[in-house]
Amino acid sequence: MATITPALETHDHSHADGHGHHEQTFIQKYVFSTDHKVIGIQFLITTVLMLMVGGALALAVRWQLAFPWESMPVIGKVFGLFHGEGGQISPEFYTMLFTMHASVMIFLVIIPILAGAFGNFLIPLQIGADDMAFPVLNMLSYWFMWPAMFCFAVSFVASGPTAGPGNGWTSYPVLSDLATASPSSGAAQTWWLFGLTLVGVSSMMGSVNYMTTIINMRAPGMTLFRMPLTIWSMFITAILQSFALPVLTAAGFMLVFDRLSQLLPTTIHSVFFVPAGIIVNNAAPTVGGGQPLLWQHLFWFYSHPAVYIMLLPAMGMVSDMLACMSRKPVFGYKPMVYSMAAIAGLGFIVWGHHMFTSGMNPALGMTFMTSTMMIALPSAIKVFNWIGTIWDGNIQFNAVFLNCAAFVALFIVGGLSGIFMAAVPVDIYFHDTYFIVAHFHYVLFGATLFGVFAGIQFWFPKMFGRLMNDKVAKVHFVLTFIGMNGTFFPMHLLGIAGMPRRYADPYLHGYLEHLLPMNQFMTISAIIMGFAQFLLLGNFFLSIFYGKKAGRNPWNANGLEWSAPSPPGHGNFDVPPVCYRGPYEYSSPEAEALGQDFILQTTAPPAGVKRTAVHH
Amino acid sequence: MKKFWALFFWFWPLVAILVCAVAPSRGWWFPSAPLSTLGHQIDGLFYLILIIVTVTFVGTQAALGYALWKGATKGSTQKAWFSHGSHKLEIIWTIVPAFILVFISLTQLDVLAEIRVISKFPDSVRNAPVAEVMARQFEWRIRYPKPGQQLMNVPQPGDLYFVNEVHVPAAIPTMINLRTQDVQHAFFVPRLRVKQDAVPGLIIPVWFEIEKAGEYELLCAELCGWGHYKMKARIIADSPKGVSEYLTRLEQEQNEDGVAEVDASKEQ
Ligand code: HEM
Ligand SMILES: [Cu+2]
Ligand SMILES: [Cu+2]
Repeated sequence: MATITPALETHDHSHADGHGHHEQTFIQKYVFSTDHKVIGIQFLITTVLMLMVGGALALAVRWQLAFPWESMPVIGKVFGLFHGEGGQISPEFYTMLFTMHASVMIFLVIIPILAGAFGNFLIPLQIGADDMAFPVLNMLSYWFMWPAMFCFAVSFVASGPTAGPGNGWTSYPVLSDLATASPSSGAAQTWWLFGLTLVGVSSMMGSVNYMTTIINMRAPGMTLFRMPLTIWSMFITAILQSFALPVLTAAGFMLVFDRLSQLLPTTIHSVFFVPAGIIVNNAAPTVGGGQPLLWQHLFWFYSHPAVYIMLLPAMGMVSDMLACMSRKPVFGYKPMVYSMAAIAGLGFIVWGHHMFTSGMNPALGMTFMTSTMMIALPSAIKVFNWIGTIWDGNIQFNAVFLNCAAFVALFIVGGLSGIFMAAVPVDIYFHDTYFIVAHFHYVLFGATLFGVFAGIQFWFPKMFGRLMNDKVAKVHFVLTFIGMNGTFFPMHLLGIAGMPRRYADPYLHGYLEHLLPMNQFMTISAIIMGFAQFLLLGNFFLSIFYGKKAGRNPWNANGLEWSAPSPPGHGNFDVPPVCYRGPYEYSSPEAEALGQDFILQTTAPPAGVKRTAVHH
Repeated sequence: MKKFWALFFWFWPLVAILVCAVAPSRGWWFPSAPLSTLGHQIDGLFYLILIIVTVTFVGTQAALGYALWKGATKGSTQKAWFSHGSHKLEIIWTIVPAFILVFISLTQLDVLAEIRVISKFPDSVRNAPVAEVMARQFEWRIRYPKPGQQLMNVPQPGDLYFVNEVHVPAAIPTMINLRTQDVQHAFFVPRLRVKQDAVPGLIIPVWFEIEKAGEYELLCAELCGWGHYKMKARIIADSPKGVSEYLTRLEQEQNEDGVAEVDASKEQ
């Protein structure tokens, strides 16, 4: 792999013959397509629409916190159609709202938009492959999202009109285990678990594909350390996903078995998570020797790595975009790779930090605290390197850059709040308060979602051959940035004030009453932010048809994808790419010799120059 | 316009710091100073981290804003700095934060041990819980041993019961046994900085020393169903004498035989 095969011609033919000559029906081309680009765009559009659904659920949560028990306009009416409560939110409905908000955002938006949409679209293009290693599996990974969404949708109504799944995205047993434990613990919970499992199946198919493709299908000359950081991040994420996910799937099945044993007591007997002697709702005491903490261990063994699955790809993409928009190489490419690997490795040994108050052995608490503190280190290294990347660059202040800069600025906040929570004694106070909610929204919204906004605009011309409107994108950026901080920054203060999360009415408690005006301010910020997303949607869909036409390389970037036509045809590259250098040689002497400030990875060095001349 | 963006990224951290600076005076801060001995230590650790974090926050945001400012004021003909990084810088910004993070971890250990490790509990409370707090959907059931007796894990004939009010002595360490009858809950007393999950199947001892007599709100911090938000209760700290008087009164009420005529008329 390290040396360059000059076999251009032979490649050319095999590609041209393999693809393009057979006619495809509309269905093969746009619906059940095996083309990674179509699948990526399918994922992208599905997840962006799901983002709006998740957002609507969030606004309903915010409505209740700002105007408790008052009829909610518009959204309340829509939900009222299903739940018939005249727009007023009942406590069990409230538990459903935050549960489904988190489930939709995590499992139907963030994970599939990063791996499914960007991973699919970018991996073959950036490594110079004509498609994924397993195109059919790839297609299935998209189409398995639909039964998953179907199960989540059924779960809304499965337990009757007022009770969707309401046990939190973490669904701790015994609450989520015994069907009698709450109105939302019935069939809704089972359907929710099916949905979760199917999302897992989809992710697993994707991950296997990504790993194989990245290992096996790189273009000649694309050595590991010439891969863009996006590819590194997708690679590491796929590894994380495929090692962690089986544990969640197993835990999900265990919970399903526990639940089915209550329905079919003569066929199935399991009590993985239910100890003996539990009395819910005046029912007879349970028999069995299960252990509810087992769920927490299994769940977080997956879900802590999962929070990095929800971030690493954005980190990679932002590194690419920051370099391009600053017209400079990424500062510390190898430290960037190693720190992602360190995050992934450490990510497997920190899950206990979600359980500091759970009654687990304090010696374990100390271990998990230290490993958690250490995971802040690679995060810090990455922040320093991003700032180094921008430093003294020739910055292009477009919406792509601004969203990336926001990614860095807001990730800092989320990383720093993590330190408070890693410190066990301090976390004992903060656990399950709004401080936690502030923390993960700064990393997941502040970092990941801003990275996604940037990524959409950056690779849009490659997807559709047209550019998105930069002015509209800037307005969207400013409104979202202000709305985001207005909504989530005060949550730190609510957490310090001791406001617990998942409360339908915190003001029942005297010491929280005075926080109502602050919550109203946050809700107004959230509404502004929510409506600003219509700018994104409008800009996205209108630009597909009316955007300014883009050539192959509108950003003057270096990656292999920019040597392909926009949009690339089936099989991607008209000239099979050969990679001659790293992806970030902006403003290099070699580029200057050509009279430009970028140099494509595919540009052959002038004859006579040693091919391995460019080192990092 | 370019400068506007650089200023934009300098401006919002300033607002954030400002909001935090005025927060305590507006009631957007801890509900009160800590009112337990462990609470003081926890708050001390919080402020230590707060200082470190604030310095880091200001430093990194200022650097980011400055990098933007530099980019905004750079002439369009000037070229970008061609650099792949610096080995020396990488080493510095790996080692320095690593030391700080290890330092923070080490400062936590003693307090954590005091809170959680049973052998580090004060001798006077280690095997002497004053009450059992049993969480259930959606209330707290308190069980005291018969005055003069020890609390047993299995309910005893003379035990005293009450709902949503825990009486404990102030100014000396006390310990309760935390349990749940149904799903998981968490025992959260914000002013004392105490939080402990009540896990089905486990009995978890929780100790604290309340400094002053008074009332402290107790609420549930682990999602336990639709009524999670209304598990409102209070802890009443009193002199040891006050507590034993309360328990005697409770015993009398509980032992009242048959229909109490006096009370029946009051209830109309
Ligand atoms: C600087 C590194 C980080 C540290 C030290 C850290 C630490 C923590 C700790 C200790 C908790 C548990 C707090 C509690 O429940 O009491 C937590 C929760 C959480 N963190 Fe982080 N974190 C870091 C970065 C991240 C990142 C990068 C993400 C996601 C992209 C993330 C997402 C989350 C989420 C979603 C939760 C809450 C889960 C829940 O309870 O619903 N964290 N973090
Ligand atoms: Cu975690
Ligand atoms: Cu609760």
